[in-house]
Amino acid sequence: MKAAGDVAGLPGSSDERSVREIAARVVEQAVKAGGQSAEVVVSRTSEMSVRVRAGEPELVHEAQSKHLGLRVFRDHRSSLTYTSDFSEAGLVQFIENAVSLCRLAEPDPLNELPGRDELLPKDAVLPDLHLWDDNALTIDAAAAIRLAKACEAAALSVSSALRAGHGSSYGRSVGVGAFACADESGVLFCGSNRGTYQSQSVEVLCDDTGGKKRSGSYWSGGRFVSQLLSPEAIGTEAGRRALRRLGAEKIATCELPIVFDPETARALLRTLAGVIAGGAIYRKASYLCGREGTVIASPLVNIVDDPLIDRAPGSRGFDGEGLPSRRNVVVQKGVLQTYLLDTYSARKLGRKSNGCAGRSGAGSPHVTTSNFIMEPGEISGEALVSEVSRGLYVTEMMGFGFNAVTGDFSRGAGGFLIVDGKLTQPVSEVTISANFDDLLKNIDGVGSDIDRRSSTMAPTVRVSKMMIAGK
Amino acid sequence: MHDVAHVDVARSQAEPSSDWSAQRKTPLSAITDEIARRLLLTALSRGGDAADLFFEYSDNASYSYEEEKVKTTSRGVTLGLGVRVLQGEATGYAYTEELTDEAMQHAARTAAQIAASGGKAPPVDIKWPPLPTFYSVPVPSMAAPPEDKLALLRRADRTARACDSRIVKVNAGLSEEWREIRLFTADGRAYRDVQPLVRFVVSVVAEQSGDGNKRQGGSSSGGGRYGMEYFDAHSPESHAQEAVRVALAMLDAKEAPAGEMEVVLAAGDSGILLHEAVGHGLEADFNRKKASNYADRVGQPVASSLCTVVDDGTLSGSRGSINVDDEGEPGQRNVLIENGVLRAYMQDALSARLMGTNPTGNGRRESFRVAPMPRMTNTYLLPGPHDPQEILASVKRGVYARRFSGGQVDIQSGDFVFSLTEGYLIEDGRVTAPLKGVQLIGNGPDVLTKVSMLGNDFVLSDGSWTCGKEGQSVPVGIGTPTVKIAAITVGGTKA
Repeated sequence: MKAAGDVAGLPGSSDERSVREIAARVVEQAVKAGGQSAEVVVSRTSEMSVRVRAGEPELVHEAQSKHLGLRVFRDHRSSLTYTSDFSEAGLVQFIENAVSLCRLAEPDPLNELPGRDELLPKDAVLPDLHLWDDNALTIDAAAAIRLAKACEAAALSVSSALRAGHGSSYGRSVGVGAFACADESGVLFCGSNRGTYQSQSVEVLCDDTGGKKRSGSYWSGGRFVSQLLSPEAIGTEAGRRALRRLGAEKIATCELPIVFDPETARALLRTLAGVIAGGAIYRKASYLCGREGTVIASPLVNIVDDPLIDRAPGSRGFDGEGLPSRRNVVVQKGVLQTYLLDTYSARKLGRKSNGCAGRSGAGSPHVTTSNFIMEPGEISGEALVSEVSRGLYVTEMMGFGFNAVTGDFSRGAGGFLIVDGKLTQPVSEVTISANFDDLLKNIDGVGSDIDRRSSTMAPTVRVSKMMIAGK
Repeated sequence: MHDVAHVDVARSQAEPSSDWSAQRKTPLSAITDEIARRLLLTALSRGGDAADLFFEYSDNASYSYEEEKVKTTSRGVTLGLGVRVLQGEATGYAYTEELTDEAMQHAARTAAQIAASGGKAPPVDIKWPPLPTFYSVPVPSMAAPPEDKLALLRRADRTARACDSRIVKVNAGLSEEWREIRLFTADGRAYRDVQPLVRFVVSVVAEQSGDGNKRQGGSSSGGGRYGMEYFDAHSPESHAQEAVRVALAMLDAKEAPAGEMEVVLAAGDSGILLHEAVGHGLEADFNRKKASNYADRVGQPVASSLCTVVDDGTLSGSRGSINVDDEGEPGQRNVLIENGVLRAYMQDALSARLMGTNPTGNGRRESFRVAPMPRMTNTYLLPGPHDPQEILASVKRGVYARRFSGGQVDIQSGDFVFSLTEGYLIEDGRVTAPLKGVQLIGNGPDVLTKVSMLGNDFVLSDGSWTCGKEGQSVPVGIGTPTVKIAAITVGGTKA
């Protein structure tokens, strides 16, 4: 098949300049149109994804999209608007509407741009975090189909018991973005970035008793093509994962040590990120209100949020409000060092932002983690399992059973029973429950095997006990 | 034995729509049949079994109220065209946000790349078949003055604060959407539908000082394909009171039991059970690929004979209702399980063609950026013969599950969870202590065979349910009568 899509239309360095120019022009116009200050995010993205199933292409999806999100302030009232219409006339009308929408909000003295001393200087030199890979563009749809076919074939070759499931996908996103803010004195800061990201995944199935199917999937991804595992390695792992689930069943209700594999440990870390975000704290929607400076986890736990890592998926040169990116130590030896703050939540709490604002086009800036990392320990994941005489090794979790206000945590889980330090029978259809505060404090092992594929990175984590509900 | 009329009474009468929405001019008004014909010609220029053009204009606004202030007001428009070309099991898809000739032709050419079997004749004639009307909204909320909506938020905020001195935080929000779709298929059909949606939510935090300084949240939300008249039947005050009731009731929640036991699900929100336990597993794509554990089971018993499960896009005003799906099939009422026997899957056009059956009006998509998939609309369980009081009275020790925040299913194994946010212990047939939120976990076909009693009290949830599948979200509705499950695992912390 011929490569579809217009390679000349892919965002590149000239587009980065152009979105920066649009951003600067729009904030200046918004101030001229009656806003006292304004900020804007502009992005252009090109996406390509393919899916192959049972050796045949099932989907080829390609598109270019663009987005502009504007926040205008007037007398401490703000409005939030977005559009995909970048035409001159369209933007003029859009800005006028945004300014007039401000009148509906009620004044809030804290609702303003960050302090001028907090913003990056107008012509700041941003760190080069190496988030762009020229090679990303060399993978066209036809090449992606070849990679996906190889990946699925590798998975299916693991065993004749395996058959096609959801298939194998390859996806690539290439984007440029810009941010600008201005007040009546002119543009205060205008920055831009560009990045590439690609990922490859596969899912295969095998038939179990009672009509149940067991699926196994695996994925790899990164900002650089060279960061991806080979299609064969991804496929082989997916095949292995499907087969090992055969015969999974419920176990009896009991309290046991739990070992979370790096993927499910990542979900624990996402849960924590939600309850240390400034917005949850000032809204009293977190069980960690008033807990800064206190022990919230086992002394084995160290967590950082670090946007400045070379080539990492969650890296960013500046935050969503134009503040410099900074590494924040969040938990040190179990003690909560700081909440993650954007400007508004910081002001509500009588503080300064620590540069954690994220901004998607359609929403207000709000706390977003960058690379949120539980630092690895010194012992391998296997060794953490080998120390357990009877426990549950968790490889999948389901559901949204977390009450942020009380910390009550209860989720569906699947994995393997640990007997005398070894993984034995596969387990499904159980729940694991605890108060999240106890769960973090009961961590008695942190592995060295950190999984760096996504922007939330965790190693194997062992918790001394949780209630398992089953038969 | 099941009284279908119980649900049918909620059906709307079709009315011609000469209203605000019918007259509103959007950029889609400029798309003529001739433009569509030319794009379809390009889309099919390399062959292909089918193609369609999906134009969408979505006008969205939201208002949030927090700390006794209108905190944010937001407005945005999404506009674009998605072009799909189908050949065999393969889909070529491209979209554009610019409705210029050049950009639209480029998208059509890109999607066309999937096919390679030579050109195909374009449709000679585009026809606009009439559509049913399952949501008649003469004046969508979008057309009402914003000040009216801010007043609703203020009323909710005041009510919640006045309810109880332990309420320390109140957030209220209103969001609204006015979505116009224009659809052209390669077999010459064209449709226009306007799908309004309004959603109202109140959430509160209650705090009780002394005694360990307890805190608890509660929320209530609702809406559907209505205009401002929604609030005549569902006042902001009623949502505020409900949010406060839940927060206060759960302030004293005790540790929930762990293990298999009898569970009674309250009418309404418990429809989440059906959505997860059977709904997703009956979507045709999973069955065509034999990835669901309901694959090849049509005609077989998969649930207790008490259970008749329906997916119904035709309910008046409900969030999941559709006059037409996102690929040109009118909304329908489909019986999925009848007296416990599996009758049919939910089909989109692609799966229906490959499985040799008819589409069922379930081809839905989140937006013009993605191809449609088989999706649920409003999924519910028809009422049964039992008095809800009799159901509770029959339980010696179990859990009464009243409200849920959501659920999830693993299609392949059929294991599913749903998250309880308001539950109580049942002791000797009486509802007693409030319980901390837990997951209920089960296996779809297994749990439905354990439905041992079914109430005569059907309720369609006034929730604001959104269903996610492969990263795409669509609004859905759910409903049930009171349901007793003889044994399901409750994920508590107390042995």
